[in-house]
Amino acid sequence: MSTQASRSAARTMLSPAVILLLIWMIVPLVLTLYFSFQRYNLLYPDRAGFVGWMNYTNFVATPAFLTAVLNTLVLVLGVLIVTVGGGIMLALLIDQPIWGQGVVRILVIAPFFIMPPVAALVWKNMFMNPTNGLFAELFKFLGLQPYDFLGQAPLASLILIVAWQWLPFATLILLTALQSLSSEELEAAEMDGAPAIKRFWFIMVPHLARAITVVVLIQTIFLLAVLVEILVTTNGGPGTASTTLTFLVYREAILDSDVGTAAAGGVVAVVLANIVAVFLMRAIGKNLDA
Amino acid sequence: MARAVTTGQKTINTVAAWGVALLLFFPILWMILTSFKSEADAVLSPPVWFWFDWTTENYESVLEQANYLRFFWNSVIIAVGSTALGLVIAVPAAWSMAFVPGRRTKDLLMWMLSTKMMPGVAVLVPIYLIFVQFGLLDTRIGLVVVLMLINLPIIIWMLYTYFREIPGEILEAARMDGASMRSEILFVLLPMAVPGIASTMLLNIILAWNEAFWTITLTTVDAAPLTKFISRFSSPQGLFYAKLSAASTMAIAPILIMGWFSQKQLVRGLTFGAVK
Repeated sequence: MSTQASRSAARTMLSPAVILLLIWMIVPLVLTLYFSFQRYNLLYPDRAGFVGWMNYTNFVATPAFLTAVLNTLVLVLGVLIVTVGGGIMLALLIDQPIWGQGVVRILVIAPFFIMPPVAALVWKNMFMNPTNGLFAELFKFLGLQPYDFLGQAPLASLILIVAWQWLPFATLILLTALQSLSSEELEAAEMDGAPAIKRFWFIMVPHLARAITVVVLIQTIFLLAVLVEILVTTNGGPGTASTTLTFLVYREAILDSDVGTAAAGGVVAVVLANIVAVFLMRAIGKNLDA
Repeated sequence: MARAVTTGQKTINTVAAWGVALLLFFPILWMILTSFKSEADAVLSPPVWFWFDWTTENYESVLEQANYLRFFWNSVIIAVGSTALGLVIAVPAAWSMAFVPGRRTKDLLMWMLSTKMMPGVAVLVPIYLIFVQFGLLDTRIGLVVVLMLINLPIIIWMLYTYFREIPGEILEAARMDGASMRSEILFVLLPMAVPGIASTMLLNIILAWNEAFWTITLTTVDAAPLTKFISRFSSPQGLFYAKLSAASTMAIAPILIMGWFSQKQLVRGLTFGAVK
């Protein structure tokens, strides 16, 4: 029913958004690519020029690189396992008939709205501090030696903090998906005498599969980019024990002022994010046809 | 999916659900409680729970730091400004894609989504240098533009999923009744679109308020919002638990309240309409 006139009007309405996003995407990316092949350190601005793949080999040869790759994997997988596993259980629980469901939902979703520096600092200072944090008090109460969480187990502590921020997201989305499941199907299965575990495995899991995929992919994109939480808690340490790829790139750029190497690291980060993105887009794109 | 269960079963479920919910909420509750303690009470061992001398001195002392309100206003201006600017650009775009879809509309939507996947740290240096070049570093306008751009795909997507639910037949009916294009938009479509625009606005203000990467890296003093203010407590200053708590409570309160009102829309917005 669209006419020629309405089509051109539509194009005019659309173009500002498209042009802005195009600039936003292309300009920084091209610059990053360009810098990644240049010797460019803000501390030595006179030493500049094309250096081929040197920045890439430098970045990959940093002793911290392998640790960072491994830490990134551990952090992302750790948080995913906690949030998806916990989210499924929590969603199933809240979906049951309970008293005060609305309030429970409000309490569960709350951590998602806490800005990252607040979440990280409250955990770091008021819970994980080995001298007077709440965990130290709990350990003392139980007659145990206080434990220096961020010093002894920095990565696990970060997983705890980040998982706390993202568990509400996973729960809320899985709960929404669960509530769209028709009760007739479940009741029919129940009448046929299917035990709870089978009802969960053969009816609920397939129904939740798409929601789980979406949760995993969206979280992965955000988890690969986690920075502020590391910055205000461990600062990547002790040593490089909690340095992730994102943090490593940040360190090269901000602390070492090495634009070239940071850009090379940035390109590596883009490639990684894109691998995840391709799968995410497929999952979301499917829904557009429906 | 409400099913009949016995009262006993319901009681067990209720206790379990409330237990987990309170556990998850506990850090926030503890922070709010601590914000009303004196610094001495805040580090008492063993900790005091409710029976301490409640005081608002931490709020007063945080507010007295002449610049706290500036951080707060920067947050407000950046969050509201980037949302308003984003809506001005996104509403026409989403509108045209929803009502005059072309062959490439779907590809266009997917491409917009893909711009959201670029890791910030990868383009931090170029953006930083561009900001220096144009004198945008540590300015509110610079942050308004950047936050608008990073959230634009979400705004467009969310509006698009809302607009698509407006039935096209309504338009035809209005046209039959002799409505002009102008009155068609003004009196028929707009009232139907308002709830979608409102929830998009709400979600985007929340996202912009909590955005911590660009707001921390691209500001120093003048345009720094609350994310920057709080992250300064990562130094030994953070050991003043009561003040940290008071500052944090004030930083999250408005968003927490808005967030509770937008739970449902949150799912749609954050999953790009893949889960509704």
